[in-house]
Amino acid sequence: MDQLSAKQLRDKIAAHRTSSVEVTKAVFARIAKIEPIVGAYISTFEEQAIARAAEIDKRIAGGEKLGQLAGVPVAVKDNMCTTFGTTTCASKILANFHAPYNATVVEKLLAADAVIIGKTNLDEFAMGSSTENSGLKQTVNPWDTKRVPGGSSGGSTAAVAAGLCYAALGSDTGGSIRQPASLCGVVGLKPTYGRVSRYGLVAYGSSLDQIGPITQTVEDCALMLNIIAGHDTADSTSVDEKIAPVVDYLAKLDEPVKGLKIGIASSFNAGADEQVRKAIDEAIKTYRNLDATIVEIDMPHLDYAIAAYYMVATAEASSNLARYDGVHYGHRTREPNDYVEVYTKSRAEGFGKEVKRRIMLGTYALSSGYYDAYYLKALKVRNLIRGDFVRAFEKCDCIMMPVAPTTAFKIGEKVDDPLKMYLSDIYTIAANLAGIPGISIPCGFDDKQLPIGLQILSPAFSEEKLLRIARMYERQTNWHKKRPLI
Amino acid sequence: MSNVDYKVLVGLEIHVQLYTRTKMFCGCELAFGAEPNSRVCPVCLGMPGSLPVMNKQAVEFSMLAGLALNCQIPSFTKWDRKGYYYPDLPKNYQISQYDLPLALNGYIEIPAKNGSFKKIRIRRAHLEEDAGKNLHTAGNFSQVDLNRAGTPLLEIVTEPDMNNAAEVRALAEELQRIVRYLGVSEADMQKGHMRFEPNVNLVITRAGQQFKTPIVEVKNLNSFRALENSIDYEIGRQLDRFLETGETMEMGNKSTRGWDDAKEVTVLQREKEEAHDYRYFPDPDLVPVQVNEQWLNEIKSRLCELPSKKRLRYIKEYGLSDYDAGVLTNDRPVANFFEEAVKAGGEPKRVCNLLTQVGLKLANARGCAITELGPKPDDIAQLAKMAQTGEIGATAANTILEEMVKTGKAPQKLAKKLNLIQKSDAGELEAIVDEVLKSNPQAVADFKEGGKKSGKAKGFLLGQVMQKTKGRANPKVAAEILDKKLA
Repeated sequence: MDQLSAKQLRDKIAAHRTSSVEVTKAVFARIAKIEPIVGAYISTFEEQAIARAAEIDKRIAGGEKLGQLAGVPVAVKDNMCTTFGTTTCASKILANFHAPYNATVVEKLLAADAVIIGKTNLDEFAMGSSTENSGLKQTVNPWDTKRVPGGSSGGSTAAVAAGLCYAALGSDTGGSIRQPASLCGVVGLKPTYGRVSRYGLVAYGSSLDQIGPITQTVEDCALMLNIIAGHDTADSTSVDEKIAPVVDYLAKLDEPVKGLKIGIASSFNAGADEQVRKAIDEAIKTYRNLDATIVEIDMPHLDYAIAAYYMVATAEASSNLARYDGVHYGHRTREPNDYVEVYTKSRAEGFGKEVKRRIMLGTYALSSGYYDAYYLKALKVRNLIRGDFVRAFEKCDCIMMPVAPTTAFKIGEKVDDPLKMYLSDIYTIAANLAGIPGISIPCGFDDKQLPIGLQILSPAFSEEKLLRIARMYERQTNWHKKRPLI
Repeated sequence: MSNVDYKVLVGLEIHVQLYTRTKMFCGCELAFGAEPNSRVCPVCLGMPGSLPVMNKQAVEFSMLAGLALNCQIPSFTKWDRKGYYYPDLPKNYQISQYDLPLALNGYIEIPAKNGSFKKIRIRRAHLEEDAGKNLHTAGNFSQVDLNRAGTPLLEIVTEPDMNNAAEVRALAEELQRIVRYLGVSEADMQKGHMRFEPNVNLVITRAGQQFKTPIVEVKNLNSFRALENSIDYEIGRQLDRFLETGETMEMGNKSTRGWDDAKEVTVLQREKEEAHDYRYFPDPDLVPVQVNEQWLNEIKSRLCELPSKKRLRYIKEYGLSDYDAGVLTNDRPVANFFEEAVKAGGEPKRVCNLLTQVGLKLANARGCAITELGPKPDDIAQLAKMAQTGEIGATAANTILEEMVKTGKAPQKLAKKLNLIQKSDAGELEAIVDEVLKSNPQAVADFKEGGKKSGKAKGFLLGQVMQKTKGRANPKVAAEILDKKLA
């Protein structure tokens, strides 16, 4: 596939130098060829997408002013509700679930005249770091098909990396956008909690979940955020724009941040693989050359982030996933002996191992007698971590660290060791607990030619600045232009 | 057995359905008796990805009710999830309020003996969403109707301050009046707008020693009668059981019983209170509610005089009987109507009589509100004035009101048309009195004899005068003339 970014493609379509139908067909041709290897999609909508592309072409030909993504083929993670196709969350329990409504972000993509071509694979209910927990299919890393794409938005990141769409949406509860973006060598942004509506995103950990873009470039990321950001009356936790205005994230994207101060927590970063550390150091050197200064910061509570996360997220998940009981929709066991078995068997048959593990963990954490020791304690830790960031950002504009401790690992390598798998998210989880935005941008490769991501975190609702900081680096490097040879 | 004494303790949980236009967390309209599953949306169906949005009106109604129940309204309240699996609960958790309810520590006054009041303490009142309904009419399968799911409910919990079934009923009725007055609930028992769950037990004193019987919670009562009867039944049952077994209250032996309306008995549902673990935790989909002073003051300004206060005032200020004051203050529209008529110059007792003896009866018969009968408070005031000045008699006033309702005509016109204007002209009446005296010499003689017969004779003579005038003689004027002539 050509190396056009989503924005370049949009401009080309708008300039009549290509048509949406032409590029949509090309994407599907590539999907026909490569998707059997990559396995990024749970469902695709070829006929519907080409029809929509034709309609957009017609409107463009008619001189109509179209939306910001007019004619661009994009993908959506399969935990966001669409009235077309299924919304499976990569779970057997929802394998045939047809949502009666569109998620707010889906409505926004459609309003921007994007062409939604398919829904991407994920770890079941977004629980995982490798997309291996999908109950429906396996997605591989386009850079090395024996390796995982990361997760849980592994389908979206693999699709963008492999040129199976021009941009995608993912969701990030503990790193599920940034970590797979890093492992697949694409850009992934987790916006501030409340920046993007969660309405229609099938909940995992409601106080942590946030939808964000997965793109080839920082510029595309800004473009996508322009489309999806904003208050939604259907989501009480989306932020009032009077308090945190949405700006045009593209407008000043190319303006470097003057006197940039970068916070580094050296001791915390020490846990990462040597090649990863080296790439991060190099990236920071690049910023230094752009006159940035480095500030050592102290994040005393970061070591507790994973523990706190697995209490908060699983507690919320145990409640959020209670509704999948076979009574109202979704998988129902064939022959229950009584009504209690409708619940127990449907759930036993429908959920995968990791989902069950987290439901049990969360149920335990919320049980009377344990609530204070686990859930409440976790909330306290969460507040301390929030405090760490507030104090850190008094000294710096952003914090840089690895996205993941390693590059893409082999399929099957960690599936039997959940704790090892949980450590994949050690650098990403804190941002979710604190609610702050974080971005992963390509910053190099290891000796196996596997991509490495640089993570940049910034204060709540400072996405504009965060994207400008990321863009400063992108303009100096070519990592983001590299594509897997698949 | 002779030295057994006991005291009844009853605390009450009341679910009041709020009279909001839409459900607690979505835009679906509240509707009673609609086609099953026709008033639903992704939110109240608990569809994956849907999110609740708080109904502000429901919160304000609850604050208003809380204020009327003399509760504190904390400046911070939040929403919690109460987890349990049941087919009528689509998310398998109910959005409720756990440790920080919307209203706390209030009381309600119920009428007690000698026109006094008894205070029943309110522990808390919190807002939550209702579940749907399971229907068991389709053979092997049960069906679920989720029209009711998400309906806003205010749960009010009292302390165990009531000591007999009559007090419980009085509280329930008073609460019904209050929420109707405030306009926060229709409180229609037939539609299940108020559901009661009394917790009943006895403190028994035998031979100087005290024993507490195990607490029984009677579930889901939806009429005052069932409420009262179930408690009376429980008192007897618990007393018998204690005398039989000596069983007393212990940890974990609280039981749940249902009320069999046909047999008028309570029936055991759950022997021991199962160790329910609802795994409450704050709902991350909703933001906490901050109540600032400005908002609270705005809600306070919506408070009105409550029925019990109004009733007392009617007795004191207007000299009405306790019964009449009760009838008038039962419904806020009736009380308002009454007060407007009084304000327009109607003498309170006369206005009261017109409304209670005619107005309410007609409204009842027509199944409409008193405000919908036709006559305005001004018309009633005029009618009352006519009766007051003696222009018409009391009976005539009632007749005229009936005609007013039928024809929509003004009271003066009707009085003339129906020939109900009283004869107060002394000259005309004198002639009639003379005639009556002449044709009834025996009565006149009886009167003059004095003693017992005298009063009776005078009554008879006055009656004759009224008969001759077809009831249109002003009885006061006629009596005066009669007295003069007989003197």
